[in-house]
Amino acid sequence: MANVVLRNVRKTYPGGFEAIKGVDFEVGDGQFCVLVGPSGCGKSTLLRMVAGLETVTAGEIDIGGRVVNQVEPADRDIAMVFQNYALYPHMSVYNNMAYGLRNRGMAKPEIDARVQEAARILELGAMLDRKPRQLSGGQRQRVAMGRAIVRQPKVFLFDEPLSNLDAKLRVAMRVEIRKLQRRLATTAIYVTHDQLEAMTLADILVVMNAGQVEQIGSPLEIYAKPATTFVASFIGAPPMNLMPLDAEGVRARFGGAATEAGILGVRPEDLVIAREPATGGGLTLDLTVEAIERVGPETFIYGTRSRHGDLTAISSKPGELPPDDIIVRVPGQDAPAIGDRMFATALPQHLHLFSAAGRRIEVQG
Amino acid sequence: MQKQSVFHSKFLPYLLVLPQLAVVLVFFYWPAAQAVIQSFLLQDAFGLSTTFVWFENYQDLLSDPDYFSTIVRTFLFSVAIALSSLSLALLLAVMADRPLRGSTFYRTLLIWPYAVAPPVVGVLWVFMLNPSLGVIAHGLRNLGVDWNPLLDGNQAATLIILAAAWKQISYNFLFFLAGLQAIPSSVIEAAAIDGARPMRRFWTIIFPLLSPTIFFLIVVNIVYAFFDTFGIIDTMTRGGPAKATETLVYKVYSDGLLGGNLGSSAAQSVILMGIVIALTAFQFRFVERKVNY
Repeated sequence: MANVVLRNVRKTYPGGFEAIKGVDFEVGDGQFCVLVGPSGCGKSTLLRMVAGLETVTAGEIDIGGRVVNQVEPADRDIAMVFQNYALYPHMSVYNNMAYGLRNRGMAKPEIDARVQEAARILELGAMLDRKPRQLSGGQRQRVAMGRAIVRQPKVFLFDEPLSNLDAKLRVAMRVEIRKLQRRLATTAIYVTHDQLEAMTLADILVVMNAGQVEQIGSPLEIYAKPATTFVASFIGAPPMNLMPLDAEGVRARFGGAATEAGILGVRPEDLVIAREPATGGGLTLDLTVEAIERVGPETFIYGTRSRHGDLTAISSKPGELPPDDIIVRVPGQDAPAIGDRMFATALPQHLHLFSAAGRRIEVQG
Repeated sequence: MQKQSVFHSKFLPYLLVLPQLAVVLVFFYWPAAQAVIQSFLLQDAFGLSTTFVWFENYQDLLSDPDYFSTIVRTFLFSVAIALSSLSLALLLAVMADRPLRGSTFYRTLLIWPYAVAPPVVGVLWVFMLNPSLGVIAHGLRNLGVDWNPLLDGNQAATLIILAAAWKQISYNFLFFLAGLQAIPSSVIEAAAIDGARPMRRFWTIIFPLLSPTIFFLIVVNIVYAFFDTFGIIDTMTRGGPAKATETLVYKVYSDGLLGGNLGSSAAQSVILMGIVIALTAFQFRFVERKVNY
């Protein structure tokens, strides 16, 4: 039982590369914190710093009221689940779980009780004598979990533990991990690049980009009010539609408060196909349908804006949708034909405004 | 997918394996067969007449206490050379495996001795340890050691073991380093989080995971110590003083080529071949069981 506090944590590698550029956040006792971000954003490095596998260049990491910057990983009372599971290949499942307890000089009956209990929870009872190579991916994953829970640590650290599993198993294990963490009420920090995993697991979500925290909050808060265009396009699938607005367009739409040029965002699920343009401050997009994706319960319509109106076009960054391309998410399977023209409208309360630099601007009303 | 090739001519497959077969036949089976035949023969001192004597050469050898002491000596040498070169190479590899600045540079330096031919190694160490000229010998004498491998058999043996082990360290180091780098770092990190201190981590995680490499190197090092030390022995001590450094291979050479007793020499070769085959079979049968692949 412990909280984890990071105070202005920095990491600079010997070559001068700044991997973590000052991170502050707190994970309360028993909370499930998810660090999410694209690959290379520093989330794994940060987790490894909490584990003690990477040194801390500046700042403080505090676990349960004790600054652990100079404490060995073994003495931090944490347990970690690795992406590749990192099971000891030469040891049986039982010994994999017992190893950490033996190293701490625990009595044999106590070790046995804890391993058996973990095996029962994780349904590994029949596999205790097997070697890791005789197990499937999902079973290895469970052994890695078992190795963490037998220790009864203050904090669980998860480094993308599900990314090596197939899609179906990943969903099942995701639910398992959450149930287990609730039941044990152990503080957890979980790293992932998968925004769906992040949304479903987190009590607190920390969105990271390029070594910095973009936003901290509950998943739904972050979904409802993304603090930056990065968060807006990273959280939510498909991502939020982002369109450039010139200063005049901003004034016309949002009144006197906003005077700079900016970026207008609207989530695909907040767009509605309509026959008539919207009224009363709503957004209307005039689209030509380019592609349709039907996934069963919902359909994604990819369209190009054919008339700019108050939206000015700017060039797009590589890898992003061109600013004229819009995704509309509609329930069911009905969709216009490719090549059709249609209106997509959004209510005023569903519009997000960002500054040209990508910061959220709150608008009245 | 079709795994078996189809040959339209019956002779083509034989023709294709012929070069390989020829090499093995000419350079291994033929000399081996020659040795077996020779071991049943006895020549007179001038090489003028040859008599077929059945197993007399073997009987003579096996009733000769000198031959047994050579066998024991060879085993002691092998164990000492393998043990010292393996353990030193492992120590160096563990050190070199750490992420340190300039690691490529000193890794390269550690590999160099392997490029030196055994006789050159012998000459090198002879110079350094020569009682009257050697740098190390001088230092030893200053330390009060009565260093004279030309007279003292134990010192000569130490010298051979030292040089032979030194030469083999590079080879072992290469394999150990590759083996160490094949161990995923996350496994070591997991052990660190699991509360294992560096020494315990080494003995409970790294060492067992290296066991396939260690096993392979034991086999190779024993064979090396049996055969390839010939060049070192020949340049350093020539089996002396008083046969204190004469191994089985060197005895084959000195009895046959220097002593002219071709029959006995051939019989020794056959026995040596048997010993090495038995040793390797034994290693695969019993030591390999302890290996985790």
